[in-house]
Amino acid sequence: MHNFTLAELINGLRSNKFSSVELTQHFLNRIKELNGDYNAIITTTASQALESAISADQRLANGNAPEMCGIPILHKDIFCTNGVRTSCGSKMLDNFIPPYNATVVENFENDGAVMLGKTNMDEFAMGSSNETSFYGPVHNPWALDCVPGGSSGGSAAAISARLAPGATATDTGGSIRQPAALCGISGLKPTYGRVSRWGMIAFASSLDQAGPMARTAEDCAILLNAMASFDEKDSTSVNEPIPNYRSKLDNPINGLKIGIPREYFSEGLHSGTEQAVRNSLVELQNLGAKLIDIKLPSSHLSVPAYYVIAPAEASANLSRFDGVKYGYRCKEPKDLEDLYRRSRSEGFGEEVQRRIMIGTYCLSAGYYDAYYGKAQQVRKLIQQDFSDAFKSVDLIMGPTCPSPAFKFGAKGNDPVAMYLEDIYTIATNLAGLPGMSIPCGQVDGKPVGLQIIGNYFNEERILNVAHQFQQSTDWHNHMPSELA
Amino acid sequence: MAIKPAEIKKLASLSRLVVDDKTITDVTDRLSSVLALVDQLQSAQTESIDVSRPFHIAQRLREDEITESNKIDELQATAPEIYNGFFAVPKMID
Repeated sequence: MHNFTLAELINGLRSNKFSSVELTQHFLNRIKELNGDYNAIITTTASQALESAISADQRLANGNAPEMCGIPILHKDIFCTNGVRTSCGSKMLDNFIPPYNATVVENFENDGAVMLGKTNMDEFAMGSSNETSFYGPVHNPWALDCVPGGSSGGSAAAISARLAPGATATDTGGSIRQPAALCGISGLKPTYGRVSRWGMIAFASSLDQAGPMARTAEDCAILLNAMASFDEKDSTSVNEPIPNYRSKLDNPINGLKIGIPREYFSEGLHSGTEQAVRNSLVELQNLGAKLIDIKLPSSHLSVPAYYVIAPAEASANLSRFDGVKYGYRCKEPKDLEDLYRRSRSEGFGEEVQRRIMIGTYCLSAGYYDAYYGKAQQVRKLIQQDFSDAFKSVDLIMGPTCPSPAFKFGAKGNDPVAMYLEDIYTIATNLAGLPGMSIPCGQVDGKPVGLQIIGNYFNEERILNVAHQFQQSTDWHNHMPSELA
Repeated sequence: MAIKPAEIKKLASLSRLVVDDKTITDVTDRLSSVLALVDQLQSAQTESIDVSRPFHIAQRLREDEITESNKIDELQATAPEIYNGFFAVPKMID
């Protein structure tokens, strides 16, 4: 059953090939047997999952159940789950049990989806390798000595290892697309504001966006149908009509204009990755698409701008973790100042503390204009680049990340080397655009991701093209050799 | 911009963090390398860029009405220390 796509599982439930209880038990068994190899899941919610599956089977038997009813999924441990620990990959929240559900979690619950558990992640979503998690690193199912990417590495590895057919994830600078690429699965970061951020632990509020991960574009469309909603509780939720994201998957892509930014094929791109991406672009040409060279001239400034704006917002957002209202508190504080400082230093890991200090520095008196003000201006230049490009093309494509999965510790002592992992993904977050990564080849037995960037609220078009690519290629069906 | 260990101490204080003497050299070096990265921003020509309205969408507002019920017990259930319904912290004034 674990080799079926999510779409196939929906059909299986409706044709009574198996029940939700059987399906849920199958994935729970698989998690029990295999998660030790990958460390992809922090918390398993077995009894709650089986209760949900019983209800889902009743609902399915009654008819008119939503598509996701009875389908087991995983949630990234950044989404608050009522009564279930939500750690955000941090010692700071190791003991935190939220009294409410995030809107995304609530949407899936309302549809009758079954939560199997919560996935591992970089601490507070800060990282591109999953090495910053308090719960230890996640292992890439394609190469256990390599990282799965981050920050949503647990969700990506779990899908790749067939521990669940779909999962939620979040993307602030590439945290859905980069791990999707490194683990050989499909992952979509929707337009900023498309999916509610309420109950999703904040990292950088002007960049954070939740999205789906699954094996195929069609499965991502099904998950996005359940996730997307207008939410009054999130002041940045956008009240735009929500289409059925499956409805245009089968449209032909004849005449599609694909922009190829020369800046995304520059120095630093692994030659094998480049070849895989270029081969996939030829495949799309064969399907009727036209490739058009474009320029995104401010691309080289996206990583520097991000590493001002994201830490600045993080330093403010994470000030709430003070050892007073919830989360970790240090032992025997001698005064309030000591309580704040030791609780935070003992509760946060090294990368989180570094980003808080960078953000504090960039926002401090005398540096605000030179750093934060300047970064906001550059952000606007980056938005303008995309806006100019979309006057002549429908979608933009290139590599998701510069190289395939790297070994643990390979970038451990150099934060800047790690930050450059997201060199091709960060600009879309700064602009608020939707972007997706789908498997498009392999280098040395490790997957490569093709990134597809669309204009605002153009998720349907991205999913359509990704689906058409997956109808004529089989990279999304490849699986790690240990699992084959 | 290179940053000095003394500035790191001040920054740690502003951030309500502790940086001890054993790690301050590493912290300083790594923060300096990140600041060197972000210094690339200074090369951008941005004089004419107005960011007073960074997005084209207006902020959505709501009526000033109470929408939440009192959930003090639920919300304090995860607190490190509670005293008579209040969040408790070390004594601040003798």
